[in-house]
Amino acid sequence: MGKQSRRDFLKKAGILGAGLAVTSPREASAAPGNILSEDRMGVLVDTTVCIGCRRCEYACKKTHDLPAGNLMDYDDHSVFSKMRRPYDKALTVVNEYKEPGETLPTHVKVQCMHCDKPACVSACIVGAFSKVESGAIIYDAGICIGCRYCMVACPFQIPAYEYGNALTPEVKKCDFCFNRTEEKLLPACVEICPVEALTYGRRRDLLTLAEERIADNPDRYYNYTYGKNEVGGTSWMYLNAREPAELDFPKLGDKPAPGVSESIQHGIFAYFVPPIALYALLGGIMWTAKTRNESEEER
Amino acid sequence: MEEFAKPAPIKKGFFSPGVIILLIIALNGLVFAAFRFIFGLGYVTNLNDQYPWGIWIGVDVAVGVALAAGGFTTAALGHVFHREDYHAITRPALLTAMLGYTFVAMSVTFDLGRYYNIWHPMIYWNGNSALFEVGICVMSYVTVLYIEFIPMVIERFKHRVNLRGLLSKLDAPLEKLLTLADKIINPTMFIFIIAGVVLSCLHQSSLGTVMIVAGSKIHPLWQTPVAPLMFLLSAIAVGFPMVIMEGIISAKSFGLKAEMDILSKLGRYVGPLLGVCLALRLGDMAIRKSFVYLTDINVYSIMFLIEVLFGVIIPMRLFMWDKALRSKSLLLLASCLVIFGVFINRVNTYLVAYTPPYVFEKYFPSFAEISITLGFVAAEILLFRAFVMIFPIVSQPVKVKEYAPKTKYAIRGAVS
Repeated sequence: MGKQSRRDFLKKAGILGAGLAVTSPREASAAPGNILSEDRMGVLVDTTVCIGCRRCEYACKKTHDLPAGNLMDYDDHSVFSKMRRPYDKALTVVNEYKEPGETLPTHVKVQCMHCDKPACVSACIVGAFSKVESGAIIYDAGICIGCRYCMVACPFQIPAYEYGNALTPEVKKCDFCFNRTEEKLLPACVEICPVEALTYGRRRDLLTLAEERIADNPDRYYNYTYGKNEVGGTSWMYLNAREPAELDFPKLGDKPAPGVSESIQHGIFAYFVPPIALYALLGGIMWTAKTRNESEEER
Repeated sequence: MEEFAKPAPIKKGFFSPGVIILLIIALNGLVFAAFRFIFGLGYVTNLNDQYPWGIWIGVDVAVGVALAAGGFTTAALGHVFHREDYHAITRPALLTAMLGYTFVAMSVTFDLGRYYNIWHPMIYWNGNSALFEVGICVMSYVTVLYIEFIPMVIERFKHRVNLRGLLSKLDAPLEKLLTLADKIINPTMFIFIIAGVVLSCLHQSSLGTVMIVAGSKIHPLWQTPVAPLMFLLSAIAVGFPMVIMEGIISAKSFGLKAEMDILSKLGRYVGPLLGVCLALRLGDMAIRKSFVYLTDINVYSIMFLIEVLFGVIIPMRLFMWDKALRSKSLLLLASCLVIFGVFINRVNTYLVAYTPPYVFEKYFPSFAEISITLGFVAAEILLFRAFVMIFPIVSQPVKVKEYAPKTKYAIRGAVS
């Protein structure tokens, strides 16, 4: 419904005096792709397995043509002293969490969660984001106008911006190695992980796997798969030893991230009835008011 | 007879001490504008990955659009509801809206990382996005405003095109163009006037929808599904106070008599409108039980109280008080409070209430950001001054033989 009514709107808005040079609807792209495939892929991150070697950070930069430095540099654990977030030069980062009582620290890899009901895709003014069949949310810099509404919308605070680039800045975020998975390769981080903390697979299989692991080792895991229901479910999911909130996972409900904003938009534009009704109403008022004035003058 | 007041260009020197100060502010903004385009957003702004939107969106766009609402509210009152007694204020309000929206569009250009793609929403559509709707409606509405302004250009220049030198060859074609425009515009103007009101209602409300998608990142005092309605109603409520404030200040600046009878009458609408806004605000709060957040004393509860008390309750009381409506200074004060209230409301919704999950550094606008925003405001005031001196916009008492062409547009409505 959205597509058609929107088109009608633009045509009418054009006719009704916008004087806007609307190009032919044929050229106009449809709403952004937002495919929710049954077989979409995902990654299960087992933070109880991760050793914090940061090789995923290295592999990610290599794959995405970002300055990666030497692999040796990533043995430097001093970066764990403060929390880091992905930014335009690192699409994934690993953080360390140490509890006073615990012998071993916990490491948590952070990257785009690739939501099933993504806020960025819903928000993007030009539809530069799309969720593709593999489950990945990808970005088209050629369409992007750089409004950064995706960053405002993202509940996980993931998209980063190239503020330093004056002419062709891009939104930077994990693309789930879309180019690699298209060629049947594993995502770079999954491939390089030496301890198999990352498991790549069909999302529904991963959910079963997560439940099995928790059932087999109830002492090892906090009984909750983070990402199973968060903001309507995410492609990347986490198994933790502790409560997710203690590891800085945002506490989010299970309602889809775009929230009611889409229903409001569709309500206002339901088959274009409300705007046209308003137009007609105002037209009617104008006509009666004018006639009334004129008849008063005659008297 | 007083009724012979009609719009005419104001004859007065352009420069005054105030104008010089505004020029300096505008030039200062221009310097930083150059930096922004040469070195990029990171160089001039304090924006970062935690706070992707700053005052160029929160103030220039969100506040700017709301405060330009006088254009469509007076158009609705004067032309749609055909209240001819208000026609004297529709032209200044239209000019403010036209300049206001032009500067909103320019601010957006500054804020966009890929500003040269600003036209993309016209061909790449995403109907799920509230921002898309705002973008399309603002683009359309700017066009409508320019069209609504054409009659003033015709009135000023028809039969008087007189270019110098080589350009004088263009006199005849331009004259023809004006005559043609005159013929087309007059019978079709009502289409544009209604379209302007509809487009305004759409994007004023959608500006309230914009932050809903941010979900838990917006403090619960401002995150509400009725935000679109609140934004629309507060925009309607702030429209007349803007017109009153401008009317009083520009009259003072040009040494004219403020049209107090019209402005007081206009003020009578504001009290009830603010009452509706307040009722919606409190009702929403009661239903969502968000009042629990007012028990903590922090920046959010304080900002909320300032917004509601000084921006809604106090001016509502003033606008419902006969003495305040008749007194120029009290009317000005009440109007300024409403404007302040809407300003704070938009800033709160877009900037203060924005609380991302991982914050390393709180956002505060940089000197450059503030300079550019102030530069825009200054430039807008200067252009307003220039426009009212060139075009017949401000109504003045007319003496016989005074420079003011007698045309059918004197106080014309849409379908007069």
